[in-house]
Amino acid sequence: MPVDLLDRKLVFVTGKGGVGKSTVSAALAMLAARRGKRVLLGEVDAKGNLADFFECGTTTFEEREIQPNLFAMSMNTEESLKEYLSLQLKIPLLARIGPLARTFDFVANAAPGVKEILTIGKFVFEVRQGTYDLVVVDAVATGHIVGQLTAPESINELVQVGRVRNQTEWMVKILHDAATTGLVIVTTPEEMPVNETSELVDRLEATTPVDLAAIVVNRVLPELFGRSEEALFETLAEPAGVAALTDAVNGPVQPVLDAARLAVELRRSRAEHLAVLRERIDDRAPLMYLPYLFARSHGLRATHQLADRLGEELGY
Amino acid sequence: MATGRNQSAATLEQLLAAKEIVITCGSGGVGKTTTAAALAAEAANHLGGKVLVLTVDPARRLANALGLESIGNTEVRVEPGQFRTTGHGPRGELWAAMLDTKASWDDLVGRHAPDPATRDDILANPLYLNITGRFVQSHDYIAMERLYEIHHEGNYDLIVVDTPPTRNAIDFLEAPKRMADFFSSRFLRWLIAPYRSRLVSAASRPFYQVADRILGSQFLEDIAEFFILFQSMYDGFVDRAEAVSRVLSDKRTTFVVVSTLEAAPLHEAEFFIEQLGARDLHLGALVLNKVLPDYLRDTSAAVVAEQLSQQADDIASRVAPKLGVDVEPSALARVLAEVGDSFSNFQVVAMREAEQRAELAGAPDVVATVPYFEHDIYDLGGLLALGDEIWRR
Repeated sequence: MPVDLLDRKLVFVTGKGGVGKSTVSAALAMLAARRGKRVLLGEVDAKGNLADFFECGTTTFEEREIQPNLFAMSMNTEESLKEYLSLQLKIPLLARIGPLARTFDFVANAAPGVKEILTIGKFVFEVRQGTYDLVVVDAVATGHIVGQLTAPESINELVQVGRVRNQTEWMVKILHDAATTGLVIVTTPEEMPVNETSELVDRLEATTPVDLAAIVVNRVLPELFGRSEEALFETLAEPAGVAALTDAVNGPVQPVLDAARLAVELRRSRAEHLAVLRERIDDRAPLMYLPYLFARSHGLRATHQLADRLGEELGY
Repeated sequence: MATGRNQSAATLEQLLAAKEIVITCGSGGVGKTTTAAALAAEAANHLGGKVLVLTVDPARRLANALGLESIGNTEVRVEPGQFRTTGHGPRGELWAAMLDTKASWDDLVGRHAPDPATRDDILANPLYLNITGRFVQSHDYIAMERLYEIHHEGNYDLIVVDTPPTRNAIDFLEAPKRMADFFSSRFLRWLIAPYRSRLVSAASRPFYQVADRILGSQFLEDIAEFFILFQSMYDGFVDRAEAVSRVLSDKRTTFVVVSTLEAAPLHEAEFFIEQLGARDLHLGALVLNKVLPDYLRDTSAAVVAEQLSQQADDIASRVAPKLGVDVEPSALARVLAEVGDSFSNFQVVAMREAEQRAELAGAPDVVATVPYFEHDIYDLGGLLALGDEIWRR
């Protein structure tokens, strides 16, 4: 039996753009915080989505308690570098950090892995410090997550000696321990996200021991009818049915029937993609499902609703 | 056929008839690649000439939709027969290519390296392999570079290109400038200076001491070697990056912003529109994708939906006898209630979308709305059907 998602210390959440990666990260952090854990939620792509999901104002590199037990921060690699230099390498000379930070862009661009390790290093460091029970990272999209998770190894390949190399070893240890670290892939039951998800699962298996903790299928549409009910609906949608229904209500019937048909069609095509996903993933990772929210906005209330559903999926 | 320079187009058809490069952009998952392919297919179909769709999306689906086994860095033509099977007789030719980052970088190095030996040294350098393979920003730059190259060769009347899924939608706009800045940077020269002259000035010594402790001197030497090799291509690179920049702001280039009516992608679209304006780049059209149908906002239909939800049993008992088949009223009531509830659910989303749309700032003259397609697009017919929805709007 794999380790329970919320019992881990570090959870990375990835997914194709537009599938609701940040929404799921927010819900996961919310759920853990509501269950009494001290949680850090870190946003890597500083798009400021977290502020919307928690209705809390912009988040910065400095973590801030935005809900009881829930602390949020946004990654900023330059800030991370400064923290890294002073905490990890014991280089307290602020005057020297200045020009170094300015040169940072060039070194980072010249040496892939540096930016990634500053991003990932901050979160792994928080885990080592033990300030939080759980660190949830709203990480980069599917295309870049492997590069980020394997950054410590990449650095090891490039840098043969020096302090940085010494620093990567404990990071690798934390990242590769399935009881500590897990990756969650968010997808929707649509063709492209499903393809990207199964490709990522294959790539992960081939390139890194980081544990795939779960796949969250977001925006699952409710099933409108059972099979016999669908036959009934078809009868209802015929001219005699429409006429009878029109007599029984005050107003246009057709748009309402059209909407039901649209809902059925959307659900059907999504069910096909879901079946493909299940087949391709097989037993390689547990699948969890979150409903499509017919909500007015994706604010705090929606985050709570998704946290509820996530809790149900995890058996709480 | 062409509209004047300063005259804004009224439809996508007019826009594509007047431009040579169309760049689709927007946040991930909104349908950029599909929109680019649909626009290119429509242009080849209706306007004629040679049209190329250049995609950065490695998705097989697009290749399949175009009836191609696969697409790569080399442009391939979509068989005219593909159009005929969809009932169209295209006026022009449709070609497709996909960006291969690594191969494009190698080409670029091959063009600018002073001699074959330097070229081979660069191609074999571990940092070069890393940068071209993993460095996200190199993807942005090479996409624009490749666009420039193809346009410069002059083989196509129209090139439609989708943009890489960047963290930030404007990254690729700045990629050429950043690349030029990077290679002409003072810091870079400063960084490699000691490895050239073996003399470190007193001023920069502290930096090297710190850098040495963190990264190790071997690594710094690797970096320096890489840049010393790259310096030999410096002039060519900077000139080229500037030329690529000019293509983006050329009058013949236009941007098509793609978005859904969800908050986050729209927010990004608005930001992008603002950035295009600030850079004096041409915003040709906004394509709103996967929009729910208008009938969902019909208020009298909402009244019907509410009746179905709340009086399902009563309505079912009156309707059941008139259906001509044997129907269990309670089963019918369940169906009616589901139908009513579902309408109300989707109406909430449709209302939210309408509001988002109304609030949209800085929208261009051409705004095309693409309905929520119930089925996925898996062939050229599907692309053309999608294209037809937006073509003359």
